[in-house]
Order: sequence, then C-alpha cells, then structure tokens
Amino acid sequence: MAQRTVAVIAATALAALTLGPVAAVLVRAEGLAALGPGDWQALRFTVCQALLSALFACILAVPVARALARRRFAGRGFLIALLGAPFILPVIVAVMGLLAVFGQNGLLNGALSALGLPRLDIYGLHGVVLAHVFFNLPLATRILLQGWLAIPAERLRLAASLGLTPRARFMVLEAPLILRLLPGAFAVIFVICLTSFAVALTLGGGPRATTVELAIYQAVRFDFDLGRAAALALMQLALGLGAGLVAWRLAQGAGFGAGLDRALPLTVAHGRACDTAWLVAAAGFLLLPLGLVVWRGLPGLAQLGPQTWAAAGHSVLLALASTALCLSWTLALAGARGALWSLMAIAISPLVLGTGLFLMLRPFVNPFSMALPVTALVNALMALPFALRIVAPEVEAIRADYGRLRATLRLTPMAWLRLVLLPRLRRPLGFAGGLVAALAMGDLGVIALFADPERATLPLQVYRLMGAYRMEAAAGAALLLLVLSFGLFWAFDRGGRAGAAA
Amino acid sequence: MLRLEGVTIDMGGATLAADWAVQPGRRVAVLGPSGAGKSTLLDAIAGFRPLERGRILWDGQDLTGLPPERRPVSILFQDGNLFPHLTLARNLGLALRPDGRRPDAAGIARIAAALARVGLEGMQDRRPGTLSGGQQSRAALARVLLQERPILLLDEPFAALGPALKAEMLELVRDVAAQLGALVLMVTHDAGDARRFAEAVVLVADGIAAPPVETERLFADPPPALRAYLGEGGH
Amino acid sequence: MKALTFAAAFLTATAASASGTLTVYAPDYFTSEWGPGPKIEELFEAQCDCDLQWRPGDLLPRILLEGARTEADVVIGLNTDVTKQARESGLFAPHGVDLAPLTLPIDWTDEVFLPFNYGHTAFVYDTTRVANPPASFAALLEAPDDLRLVIQDPRSSISGLALVLWVRAVFGDEAQEAWAKLAPKIVTVTRGWSESYGLFTDGEADMVLSYTTSPAYHIIAEGDETKKAAIFPEGHYFMVELAAKLAGTDNPELADQFMAFILSEDFQSMIATGNWSIPAALPKDKWPEGFQQLDLPEKVLFYSEDEAAGLRDEAIEAWRSALSQ
Repeated sequence: MAQRTVAVIAATALAALTLGPVAAVLVRAEGLAALGPGDWQALRFTVCQALLSALFACILAVPVARALARRRFAGRGFLIALLGAPFILPVIVAVMGLLAVFGQNGLLNGALSALGLPRLDIYGLHGVVLAHVFFNLPLATRILLQGWLAIPAERLRLAASLGLTPRARFMVLEAPLILRLLPGAFAVIFVICLTSFAVALTLGGGPRATTVELAIYQAVRFDFDLGRAAALALMQLALGLGAGLVAWRLAQGAGFGAGLDRALPLTVAHGRACDTAWLVAAAGFLLLPLGLVVWRGLPGLAQLGPQTWAAAGHSVLLALASTALCLSWTLALAGARGALWSLMAIAISPLVLGTGLFLMLRPFVNPFSMALPVTALVNALMALPFALRIVAPEVEAIRADYGRLRATLRLTPMAWLRLVLLPRLRRPLGFAGGLVAALAMGDLGVIALFADPERATLPLQVYRLMGAYRMEAAAGAALLLLVLSFGLFWAFDRGGRAGAAA
Repeated sequence: MLRLEGVTIDMGGATLAADWAVQPGRRVAVLGPSGAGKSTLLDAIAGFRPLERGRILWDGQDLTGLPPERRPVSILFQDGNLFPHLTLARNLGLALRPDGRRPDAAGIARIAAALARVGLEGMQDRRPGTLSGGQQSRAALARVLLQERPILLLDEPFAALGPALKAEMLELVRDVAAQLGALVLMVTHDAGDARRFAEAVVLVADGIAAPPVETERLFADPPPALRAYLGEGGH
Repeated sequence: MKALTFAAAFLTATAASASGTLTVYAPDYFTSEWGPGPKIEELFEAQCDCDLQWRPGDLLPRILLEGARTEADVVIGLNTDVTKQARESGLFAPHGVDLAPLTLPIDWTDEVFLPFNYGHTAFVYDTTRVANPPASFAALLEAPDDLRLVIQDPRSSISGLALVLWVRAVFGDEAQEAWAKLAPKIVTVTRGWSESYGLFTDGEADMVLSYTTSPAYHIIAEGDETKKAAIFPEGHYFMVELAAKLAGTDNPELADQFMAFILSEDFQSMIATGNWSIPAALPKDKWPEGFQQLDLPEKVLFYSEDEAAGLRDEAIEAWRSALSQ
C-alpha cells in the first residue's frame, strides 16, 4: 500500500543519509586509519562519562518525579514545564549558565568562600557529568513522572484503604514502575551522552576528558585525517547502536508523553518535607543557571548589531525548516520499526555526516549554496529519534482506534492524513515540533564546514562575538538564543494544544 | 447472495467454522455467548481478519483476498463509528467522498436528507462529542445510509444504550436496511433483540457458526446449544 | 523536498557574476561585522573595480576536500601550522609579491605564503587580579598551584598548537617535565581561543593563553588598561597569519592584485584594529596608539614548517600524557 511505500522510502532515505556520508568519507580516505592511544583513551572516557551521567540523572529523577507526582501546589504545571527547559537549552548557553553557578567566580563558590569553606572546582569528569545531569535530569524526570501519573486511581485508593505503610506502598506501587521505566531512561540518556561534544570541551579540564566526538572533530578539522575520522565515527556508531538497541528493548514503555495535565492521583500525607526539599533542590539546580544566563545577558542585548539579528532570523528559519523536515519524516516512519531505524541518526557523528554530505554534494552543486539545507537536514536527522518517540505511539493508537472505520469508509491515504491523522496528532506533533525546533535552534553542528557567508546562525554568531572579544554582546546573543529556543518550543507546543479539540 | 464456503477462522487457538449462504436483503441476527466468535465472524466477512480455510463470496464474486475497503460492506462498530474531531457533515461527507474533498451541492443535500431520515435534522455542524449516545448511533446510521453498500454489519453498536433507545434504533436500522435493500448481519447476545429484529438467526457456539434458521422456528424448537445459552443467560 | 526548494532558492540567490569576481576563502570570524573582512572588501573594491566575495569557514580542510575544483581564487587567514600540508598539495601558486616592505621580527622568504599580520603567544592576565605575574616561563612553572590558567587544545586550535611548540622551544627535551609542572595550574583546556578568553573575562581563570596583541583591544576599544601580556625573557612563539593564491584561479590578475594589496599601506594600517594583530609590513611609528604601548618580547621563537612538522606529534604527546596523569 502507499503508506508502506512511503515508510520504506523514508527508512531508505534515513539509512542512505546516515551510512552514505560515512561511506563517502571512507572512500575519500581510501580506507580506515589505525587508532592511536589517545583515541582509545577517548573511547574509555566517553563510555565512562556517559554511564555516570545516565546513572546520576536516573537516580536523582526518582525522588523529583515522585515529589512532582504526589504534591499539588500553585504553579505546579508551570514548574513542570520549566523543569523541562534544560533539555532543549543550546549547549553553548547552558555551559555559560552552569559556570555562572558552579564556576570559579560562580554563585556557589561565592557562598562557600563567604562561609570560609574551600572552593569547588567544576572542571573535570565531575564537571562533564554535572552538565549532562543538568541536561538529562528533566528527561528522566519526565519519563518517570508520566509513569507515576499513569498509576490507576483505583490502585492508589486501594493502597490508601489498605493503610499501607510508606515502605509497603513503595514496594507495591512504585518499585515495579521504577524498575519498568528506569532502564529505558538510562539507556536513552546513555546514548545521548555518548555523542557529547561541546560539554566535554569546556568543562572537561584537559585531554583526559576527550570524547570520541571531540577526537573526530580534531581528526577532520585539524589533522585532515579522514581515515581516522571514519574509524572513530564507525566506533561511535557501533557503540551507539549497541546501546540504542538495548534502549529500544528496555524503553518500550517509556515515552516522553505529550501531555502531563492528566488528573492527579491522590496526594499522600507523609513525606511532605522531604518532597519539598527535593523540589526546591531540583528547581534550584535546573533553574538557577537559566536565571543567570538571563541576568548576565540583559546588558548585552543592547549591543546586538544587525548581523546578530540577521543570524537570529536565519536560525529561526533553519529551525522551522528542520522541524518541517523532521515531522514529515516522523509521520512517514511512525511504524513499529521506525524507532529502531532512527537510532542510527542519534549515534552518528554530526561532523562526519557533514563532511560526508559535503563530499557527496560536491560533484553536483556548490556545497556552500547548500549550507542551510544541509544543516536543516542534519538537524532534522538528529532530532528524529525524539520526535518518533513522541509521535509514534500516538499514531499507533489512532490506527488502532480508527483503522477499521477508515477501511469501511474507503478513505484515500491523503484524506486519512489530512482529515484524521494530522488533526488528531496536533498535540504530539506540536510537542515534538517544539522539541525539534528548539534543538535545531541551538545546534552548531555542521555549519562550520559549510558556513554560508551571509547566513551565519545564532550559535555561530555567539562564537564569533566571543572571537572578536565582544564577551558582553556574546552574553546578550546567548540570551537571545535562549529566548528564541524557548519561544519556538512554546509556540509549537501551545499551537498543538490550542487546536486539539475533543 | 452471501456465501461462506467451508470457512475456518483462527481465533487464537480455537477456530470458528461456517459453511452456509444467506439471501440479499435479509435481516440476520448473529447470536451466541460472549467469546464464541460472533464479532470474529463479522470481522472475517468485513475483511479485518484473514481466513484459515475456505472462501467468502458475494453474488458469485470471491471476496476472500480483498482488503476491507474493497468489499461491498459497511459496518458499525461498538464504538469509534465517527471521527470525534469532525462535524457530522464532514463525517458523513467522507462516506460520499473518500478522498476527503468537500461534497458538491447534491452531496450536501443528500447529507442533510440522511440526517433528517435518522431524526438529526439540521445537526450538520455538531461534533459527535456534543451528541448523546443515541444521537451518535443515529448519525452513524446516516453514514451507513450514504455508503449504500449491499451488506450491513452491526457489531453490537447499540450495546451501551438503554432498552427503549435500543429498540428505537433497531427500528431505524430496519427502515434504513429496507431503504437500501441491504443484507444485515447483527451481532447480539440478547435473544430478545434477535426475536424483535431478525428474520433469521445464525447461532454461534462451540466453534461453529450454524447456518441461518428462521427466527420463529429457532425459538419454537431451540437446539441444545441455544437452550444452554438461554438458560445460562437467563433470558 | 523542503531542502531542495531551499537549495534552489539559495542557488539563485548566490549565483556569482561571471567575471570580475574575486572569491576569497577566509576564517569565519573574518567576515563578521567586527572582523577585518568588510574593511578589506571596501578598500579593495575601491581600487579593483571588481566584486570581492567572501566564503568564510574552514580553510585548508575545505580546499583539500575540493581539490583542484575549488572556487577559491585566494585564501586569507592561514597559519604556519598548515603551510607544509598546503604546499605539498600543489594547489597554491607563488604570490610574486616583493617581500622587502615586511617588518616582521623574523626573516620571511616564503614565495607562496604571504604574511599580513602577526603576534606572539602570551599569557594574558588582569592586573587587578594578578599583582605579581611570573617574570619568566620558568617562574610560571614554579608559580603556586592556585594560579589558574586556561589554555587551548593543541589538537583543535592553532594557538594551542603554538603553545606546545613554544614549550618545546623553551624547554627542549624537558618539555614533558615542564607540562607536568604546569598541569596542576591548568583549570581547563578549551577547543578554541574564544572559549578560553570567555572563561578568562568571566573570572574563571587568572591567566589565559592568548596573544601579545590582546591587550590592544581592551586599550583601544574599551579604554581598559588592566589587561596585560606577561613577557618572558625566554622568548615568545611567533604567530603569523598568511594569504596565498590558488594555482587554479580563474582570475589570476585579480588574485595578483589582491596579493599586492595585502602589503599596501591601506591594508596594513587598517589590519591592526581590524584583526587585533600587528601589521606585517608597517613600521612601528605608524601603528595605532594602543599598539605602540604594548609590551612586546625581545626574543621571538619560531620553527620552520619542516621543523614544526617533525616536532609536532611529539610535542602534542608530551602535553597529552602530562595532562592525562
């Protein structure tokens, strides 16, 4: 059927666009090059930091999600939305925010030295893990929170009427839920941290903290050693796919959830102080860096020149193009195997992807004229796994609910898409679209190799401002980036909700 | 004529067998205990479930390999008969224009007439969520009316309605089917419904969908399977 | 589908005019509104009656990927770390410019790569935070470990690479021991100069690996005289930026004209504040005020590209192994 054809085409395109560039790089390099001792060290560090980051993010998510699930308070919905912010935060902005809190001159060290305590040093493995927990704690919390809210109210009432002790309640109701959801969340976060690049760069503290992606960057851009870059990229792909497969097997039940506004289960009397402490700590950890980015960026806003505003415009356009591309892809792939395919996208090195696409395009067109389309494509590819995760289960549900009605009405594929699928998917599509747009907005990705003279993106502009000693203006541009990323996310998410009737 | 020729359907372990024919335009109840395979039988006729063996024919044409959308069948499900986000006009319009385009003036008039026919005059712009359960059933019937297929399958669409409302709906189905000249196969577990509505009854029990028997005759001298069911069901 | 529409739009938008266009590859900071690009374009277009088009981004990787089919007529902004690889590619042609006007602190006789500005590696500090900066590189090694340094990764940044060569030039075979002494003071290693300098201005570090010319920006643009480069008697590593002409250029005359323009006084008197570096061919008395008051080293260290190529892997490995302990 047509729908199957579309899915097959989409999957083929995905495979071609992930493996094709690697192949192109390999062909150009005339084979793989041997890896040096530094590369193996990079592999060890990459795996180690990803394991630790996923572990801490998951462990900390348990009390935070529990507190959010069983407490009601004014602004709870807003807090949940805001706690999701770090996940879509551009890395370059997040690092600035984290340094403002945990850096040498940051709030924390200011407080410590005022108390006469020794200063903390953020640089090193722990700094990298801290940053990754900052990014991914919201994700783990969201996955768990959704599971918590899905506990049937009857079961909670039953537990209450049986007068279960907190411990018994935990064992009966919560432990099975955590055991079901957490391994999946762990694996997903592990894969995300595997390809980390910018975080390790600044916070790593030195060559000990070199990740595989950073080694690829050095191989491509500094040594022009494509054989080594391809070897590293394949290693990363294998690692990511391996972990991804595990994630896919484990994470069947763990979606992001389009909405978290479901009726709350009963609140619980005990543990109030403990929950409050966790919420305050999590909110402080996640929101303070954001607040400081805003605070430090405000003076710089006035210094933004026309080039920065133009860059902001390009970034928004780019984000919209990435979103359109990614959502079309998502709809085409939203079958059972789509999620598996998309893992290829998350595990592949964006830099090798960019280089490979450059080599593939070169014989046909001027690659610089393709800078923005290629960037849009790569961004769409990178965000595809997240979008699929959000949308695919909903598509399955709609097919289950209305597939037979569709058949008996003899609806054409276009009518099904236009009149049923799209309207009924507004909410998840809005949420996924917001996520994709925000992720694409903050991405520096392949643009460096393809930079278009007139069309810098905003993250690149932040670097340029720093490169030109304009640190205050860079902080202003970072704030602009933050505002635009959230703005896009909000607009998409809101648009999806507003239209979702009955 | 609808003919089931040596049909066997897999029900996940158990099987259901049927080998009989029924004339066009008849009203047939498919009666039996829950889990016996009544809905399975309808799904097989509608094409939602493949046959393990045998063939299904309509007027000599073999339907067995056809996908649901190419069979001369309209079906009302237990729920989900209307798209909740579309107005009634839009929902009914899909019966006339499966490509989703808006119907022409004649089509719009037909939709209005169909709605009037089921007692929902002027409700074109309402969404299903704003209607009562009975009104939703009526709207679904109006949709069937517009689909104009020679076979109408009812998979307990009125199960959630009260007795009076259900009787009213069965009356309406009878009228609609008569207007279309359609063969009706209606799943029910209520012998009263069968007696009130159907000219013949297919009894589904013990892995067999028995050939249709005249309703009067069946209830006058119930076979053991029916007797067991009626006793157990308390009707 | 979307991408193709996009592409089509840009293809038509950037279609270059056939003749009289000089295509110049430059590092991407060049063409920002504060970079030297706009001024170079303005000055050159005034005298050439042509259209200068920038193609910012990676330089050598891009040209090596493109090979002989590259669109570039001229490349500007190369560093000495890539000249060997660039020269061996055979893609570049002699510049043909008279080198007599050069005012570099070293002899420069290269026929292919033409210098346009220079500086030296240096540790820059803030006089309000570091009252007594180390007076020599040896003193820096012996400084207390709470002196916080940020440097750049030699595998991803030219200033980082210059640093490991600098250490090598100063300490020779004892480079690894020198790195071992520096290691506890190094707060972090960043990918590029920008991140390091950002950390320094945010107060994350006391000293940052930068250039002897960095204080000029603060003096001239901000009127701030508190940023200084620590000058070491052991010498400072020489960092020069270069331009070169592509052998396969479609516009050899325009390209030659541009190469000659680089050493002209117009270009040279603009580049100091345009690129915050010392002009390659301008006597000191013609430098802008802020540049004349800079502390500059007496002794300049520099490896030829062949020497550097021979030392590079070893120098980086000394850095890596010492900092990985």
